[in-house]
Formats: sequence, structure tokens, C-alpha cells
Amino acid sequence: MNDFTVFSRRMQIVVMHLVLLAYTVFALFPVILVVINSMKARNAIFRTPYALPNPDNFDLVGYETVFERAGFPSYFLNSLIVTVGALALIFIAGTMAAYALSEYKFPGNTALGLYMALGIMVPIRLGTVSLLQLIVNLKLADTLTALILIYAASGLPLAVFVLSQFMRQIPRDLKDAARVDGASEYRIYALILPLIRPALGTVMVFNMIPIWNDLWFPLIVAPSEQNKTVTLGAQTFLGQFVNDWNAVLASLTLAALPVIILYIIFSRQLIRGLTAGAVK
Amino acid sequence: MNEMPAGSRRKFPIHIIVFLAPAVIIYTLFMIWPLLDSLRLSLYAPSPDGGVTFVGFQNYATLFNDPNYSERFWGALRNNVVFFIIHMAVQNPVGLLLASFLASRVTRFRTVFRTLIFTPTVLSVVLVGFIWRLILSPLWGISEGILAVIGIENQPWLGLPETALPTLSLVSVWQYVGIPMMLFLAALIAIPDEIIEAAQVDGATGWNVFWRIKLPLILPTVGIVGVLTFVGNFNAFDLIYTTQTALAGPNFATDLLATLFYRTFFGFQLQLGNPTMGATVAGVMFAIILAGVLVYLFGWQRRLLRNEVQL
Repeated sequence: MNDFTVFSRRMQIVVMHLVLLAYTVFALFPVILVVINSMKARNAIFRTPYALPNPDNFDLVGYETVFERAGFPSYFLNSLIVTVGALALIFIAGTMAAYALSEYKFPGNTALGLYMALGIMVPIRLGTVSLLQLIVNLKLADTLTALILIYAASGLPLAVFVLSQFMRQIPRDLKDAARVDGASEYRIYALILPLIRPALGTVMVFNMIPIWNDLWFPLIVAPSEQNKTVTLGAQTFLGQFVNDWNAVLASLTLAALPVIILYIIFSRQLIRGLTAGAVK
Repeated sequence: MNEMPAGSRRKFPIHIIVFLAPAVIIYTLFMIWPLLDSLRLSLYAPSPDGGVTFVGFQNYATLFNDPNYSERFWGALRNNVVFFIIHMAVQNPVGLLLASFLASRVTRFRTVFRTLIFTPTVLSVVLVGFIWRLILSPLWGISEGILAVIGIENQPWLGLPETALPTLSLVSVWQYVGIPMMLFLAALIAIPDEIIEAAQVDGATGWNVFWRIKLPLILPTVGIVGVLTFVGNFNAFDLIYTTQTALAGPNFATDLLATLFYRTFFGFQLQLGNPTMGATVAGVMFAIILAGVLVYLFGWQRRLLRNEVQL
């Protein structure tokens, strides 16, 4: 290689890093701007929006308004109940169905697998008219239970699909050895659960974020104040306090924080899930 | 697949039913049945006695032709197509560019970059919508200052009918670019090094390697990204509802099929909600999404398979 190609190769590497850096700034800048300004006094927000919070401009008045006027602790609790509830259902029902589909040969196995897979691409939102009617008929209107069941139903297709693919790779000998020892089929199912932990983590993290962030079903199925999730609570609060910049910035920060923390903890699983699904 | 354990061959074993029942029941009751029943409802209309009567495809004819509905419907459909085109033209190429930089072995801090760039994707659309409303607000002047540096005159981006839809499409692109980036990254990493090295030995430049070798190899992922974008875009609601309310202003310039669905179902201002017409809008969305998925499955994937056989 001559000097010129070495030079142009180096330039190329530098440019790639600059582009990535610039894009990272672009991706984070709006979020950071909101977080730093949420802790500043009103005139500082407008006069020095880029300044970090410091003793001169520090002010938590926005957070005070949020805690006085909106039930964020209750919104968090509702979101937590809905997300954990739906994930638990997806976990139990999903692993059981995936186990049956991957372990046993029975008439209709393939058809049932295809039937479960139908829901991967079709958004559950399109059935809202009848779903709302069903929820009302079941006396579940305006309950968190309704949300849990809806999210479980929409998360199950992908969960069953991914988990049954993964379970097929578990060696047969292991299960047969347990059968020889007289273990029941239920016992064997419980036995292999720890073996599919990586796939489980992926499925759970993958479902967690859309459930936590959803606006449509909380808005339609459980809109009352005591059942609001964080996303809907933030949406209503932001709509009412649109001109109170301190309160808006504080509520945005409060609503974003849990997801960002979860993301920091689970980013590895999430990214692994997203990429493994594609490579397959 | 394995044989059933001996002894349970004759009648359908109870434990298989136990394993399958919870998932099949929840999924059928809360997903498949509402989808089918909603399609059925789209063929009915409210009758004077308070029930519904079968009207065949009349609701669809009303939606397409009746002046009370058709203007909004065709407007929402056109906006939705624009929304999708902007995602395909900006989000996916940018995602591919970032992914190809991240896949390069000479790039440092790859994990840090990809984790940070993906961050907006995990935030709720409600937060993203409001954050961008603040950034674009003339009161705050953030966008004004930044755009002045590039030499673009600031405008009420979300307030003008011509700019509102492209602006919101780009906000959505900003949020979701992480998904195509990750999918493309996974596909690029999976390309064996030997193939690239062989091409380089033959004198291929970086540009040629990308167009002649890498891009053809990641075509399956291009298809997946395309169909995911399609389904997501023709189902989008939260961003418009958050920034422009269900009225999808200014003057319905940002109306998408899902906001039209919401308004038709629940009503707005003086118009009463109409469940069967709502189901009809959902029926059209269902047909569009299904068509997109089928084009992907039978057009794109099968063609790729055929090409592989020829190679």
C-alpha cells in the first residue's frame, strides 16, 4: 500500500467515527435537553437552555407541581402491575404452549403452530371495536385485568414461536432420562425451563417495552384516573399543563426515567433479541 | 419432532391439552375472535331498533364514496402513504448506513454507539412527541437557533399543513431508526469475513464491496425491515394523537388511518361515534396490512429463494 491509500483509509475511519458521534448526539440531544432543563427555574429554561443545572438556576418547582397535581406514583404502580402481569401470563402460557408444540407429535400440531403464528404480523389494535365490546361484556371495562389480558394475547404469538424454536434444540436424552426415572410430563416441563433462560429473557424484554409504552389500550380500555398507566397519565397531564414548562419538562423526565433505567439494565438482552431474530 | 411417549397413543393425552389451553384460549378470545368479529361487524349497520342489520359491503362503499366519509378516508390513506414513503426513504437508508459503520471492524466503541443511538426507540411515543413539540416550539427557540446555523429559516413546523406531516414523519424516523439499524447490523455481522477478503484481494473497493456483495447478501433483512416498517406505519396512532390530538391538525393534514379509525369509532366534536363504521375503517387497515405481509411473503421471500436456487 502506498502513502495515499493509507492516508485515505485513515480518513475513511475518521469520517465513520465522526458520523457515528454526530448521530449519537442527534439521538440523545433532545432527551438530555429535557432532563437538564427540568431542574431549572423558568427564566433559565428560556434564557440559557443549554446550561447544566447549577446553584444559580436550580429549581424543582416543576416536580412539585407534578407531585401535587398528577398521581404519578399511582400511574407507575399501574404500569408496573400491567407490565408484570402481562409478562407473567406470557411466560406461563407461552412456555407451556411452546413446550407442547415442540415436544409432542399430535394431530394438528403444525396447524396449531401456524394458527398461533398468525398474530405475529397482525396488530391487535385492528380488533378494537369487538375487543372493547368483549371487555364490557366480561365486566372488565376500566380494569387493569383487561389490559393484562390484551397484552398477553398480543404478545403470545411471537413468544410461542421463538420459544418453541428454541426448545426444539434441547437434547432429547435429557428428557428421556427424566422419563425413565418416572418424572411426569409436567415435571419435565419444569425441568427444562431453566435451560431456555436466554430465549426467555429475550422474549420478556422484547414484550416489556411496547406494553409499558402503549397509549392506545389504556386510552380506550382503562382511562379512569385510578387506572391510568404512566404513558396515559403523562399524556393527560402534558395536555393540561401545556403552558407550565417546568411541569411539562419534569413530567417528561419522570415518565422517561424508568424506561431508560430498564433499558440500561436490559439493553444487552433487547439487542440480542432483535438481532438473533433477524439472523435466524 | 418427537414421538409421543409410549402408552399415551390412543386417546388425546390430557397433559398436551393442559399445556396448550391457556395460550390458545387467551389468544383466541382476546385476539383472533375480536379481529374476526370486527371484520364481521364492518358488514353491519345500526338499525332503528337499536341492534344491527346486515348491509353487505355498503359500509365500505360509504367510506370510499360518500362525501361525509370519503374525503377524510382518502386524505388519511394518502397521508399514510406519504408517512410510509418518508420512513422507507429516510429511516431505512440511514439505519443501513449507521449499521454498516457499526459493523466495520475498525470502528471503536461499537457497543456504546449502538446502545446510545437505540435509546429513543425505547421511549414511549407520547414522550417523544412532546419532547419534539418543545424542541420545535418557537417559544423555546431551540430549533430556531440550530436551523439558523444550517441556514434554514424557522417555521411553525407542526402548525402548517404543508410541513406538519413531513415533520412528524421525521420525528418518527428519529425515534425508530434504531430498529432497522440493529436488524441490518445483525445481517452484516453474519457475512463471513472470507467473502469480503476475497473481494478485496480481487481489488474491489469499499463501495463496490458494499453494492455488489454485502447488499445482495442482506436482501432478506431488507425485506423484513420493509414489512415491519409497513405494518408499523399503517398502524401508527400515538404520535399524531399526542402532538395534534385525534383531529390530526392542522386541517387533517396529519390524519392517518388509525386516527381516522379512532375518530370514527369514538366520535369527535359534533360527530357521534359509529362502531360499525369504525370496524369498516379497521377492515380496510386489515386488508392493507395483510396485502403488505403477503407481498413480502410471496413476492419478496419466494423470489429470493428462487434466485438462490439459480445460483
